[in-house]
Amino acid sequence: MAEPVLDIEVLRKSFGALLVTDDVSLHVAPHRIHAVIGPNGAGKTTLIQQISGALKPDSGRIRLAGQDITALAPHLRARLGLARVFQITSILPEYTALENVSLAVQARHGSAFRMIGPSSGTGPEPMRALDRVGLAPRHAIRAQRLSHGEKRRLELAMALAVQPRLMLLDEPLAGAGPEDTASLITLLAGLKQDCAILLVEHDMDAVFKLADDITVLALGRVIARGTPAEIKANPAVRAAYLGEDV
Amino acid sequence: MSRASRMVPIALFASLAAIPILREAGLPIGGFLPLIAGRIIIFAIAAMSLDFILGVGGLASFGHAAPLAIGAYAVAILDAAGIHDATIVIPAAMLAAGIFALVTGAIALRTSGINFLMITLAFAQMVYFAAGSLADYGGDDGYSLDARIMWAGWKLSGRGGLYAVSLVCLFAAWLLFRTLTASRFGRLLSAARQNRVRVQSMGVDVFAVQLTSMVIAAMVCAVAGVLLANEAEFVSPAYAAWGRSGSLMVMVLLGGAGSLHGAILGAALVVLFEEGLGRVTPHWPLIFGPLLVLSVLFLRRGIAGIGRGDG
Ligand SMILES: Nc1ncnc2c1ncn2[C@@H]1O[C@H](COP(=O)(O)OP(=O)(O)OP(=O)(O)O)[C@@H](O)[C@H]1O
Ligand SMILES: [Mg+2]
Repeated sequence: MAEPVLDIEVLRKSFGALLVTDDVSLHVAPHRIHAVIGPNGAGKTTLIQQISGALKPDSGRIRLAGQDITALAPHLRARLGLARVFQITSILPEYTALENVSLAVQARHGSAFRMIGPSSGTGPEPMRALDRVGLAPRHAIRAQRLSHGEKRRLELAMALAVQPRLMLLDEPLAGAGPEDTASLITLLAGLKQDCAILLVEHDMDAVFKLADDITVLALGRVIARGTPAEIKANPAVRAAYLGEDV
Repeated sequence: MSRASRMVPIALFASLAAIPILREAGLPIGGFLPLIAGRIIIFAIAAMSLDFILGVGGLASFGHAAPLAIGAYAVAILDAAGIHDATIVIPAAMLAAGIFALVTGAIALRTSGINFLMITLAFAQMVYFAAGSLADYGGDDGYSLDARIMWAGWKLSGRGGLYAVSLVCLFAAWLLFRTLTASRFGRLLSAARQNRVRVQSMGVDVFAVQLTSMVIAAMVCAVAGVLLANEAEFVSPAYAAWGRSGSLMVMVLLGGAGSLHGAILGAALVVLFEEGLGRVTPHWPLIFGPLLVLSVLFLRRGIAGIGRGDG
């Protein structure tokens, strides 16, 4: 097996007395979608925040493409090829869709301290990314005027355009209608060609369609891991999670 | 941006340039107007530098009088040492204010929102009390300059000279901040106001970008301090008083945060109120305060935003 893009070893984090990440270990291999599922409050977002650097783990180790990033500042992790789509949509509301993606590309590949000359000219990447998520016709619209679903797609385009090693997707399908969901699933499946993906998602149909590997969290602990078929058949998972959700 | 709103800054600069010319031409506009316009220009420089960090960058500093006072005290301290060469005084003032902003900004930027407001205020109060303790420079009573600064032997003695230099500085500040705002750096500074976490996750050191913007703003504001000291030929701790920081903030909000040229409109309004209404009644803030509240309620983009449609 190739070296994992993301390698998490016995990660531990608590908020006061509440243990939210309880010795979690997992690997994401290149060009695979690794889904992390679990009931509300299982610690999925907290895990993503430790990977992105928004939260510091109490102990354990996180490696990105072999490099230890456990203590690295969030922006430096991004520069190493980590892109994130947030559980709560996170875009730049005052800029147009195209400006959002262009700025992401400029920030990732250039210095933030270019002070002369207008901020433009990033080549065809931003428009190509918008096209892939189906937003090309809407590129000149201010992001705050986009619909909820379009904002999700814009965020995906921003992540995609910087050509990351690993994408962290926290519930990318939340709030999407049935039609939108179907096209987003096709889109996400295609992203595997570009990078590895850590996917947190409550929509089980989507997870079973998309994931190559699944890790199941409950109360901060890994209670099962395996292929979608193995997880579907796992009695512990059925009891802890699928039983109450599907 | 519409054609009309591009014309507003040009019209503003043209009017400010016209005032002394009209006076030279013998028009009966009195000596009062150029005097007031001179103060408006100086405060507009300070307010515009605040607008860059507050309006564009969303950094609500309640201590922007500090770099103003540091610029003014640089003049006083060098004046006492017999140094009046502008090519020394102005860089020294900018350097001092820049270092102040680098140190205090690095601490203040650990916080945000109301805490940022309070900590910047606290640093400005420190400058206020430090200035009051400078016994060699008049302490609380302030310090009267021996002479104005000079440039290549040319003394800024007449009102006209200082006025012209101030206006050139304002125009240069406007060009600088307009360029910065349109640049990648400025876009990221504004983006960090809109969504800090997103900008961070794009790989940008938001702290470094914001700190740099604060240093630039302080250095420009120090130039306003130098001009103010020369205009009054007097320096006192009052330059750093919290009321001054507050009125700079009012200028920005009233004029239209983030518009840059709105700072000129805001400075004009505040100075006219201070000087005009201040002559009628010492209680002018009682009238000004409610007007400010109304403008914040109904003109979300300030005066510069009137007629822009989406205000
Ligand atoms: N900053 C915090 N301080 C204290 N407790 C927190 C904090 N953030 C999260 N928690 C708690 O940690 C637990 C895990 O939260 P987390 O957001 O990681 O869950 P999740 O698996 O993403 O849930 P959901 O599916 O609802 O998004 C929850 O019990 C939550 O209340
Ligand atoms: Mg969550």
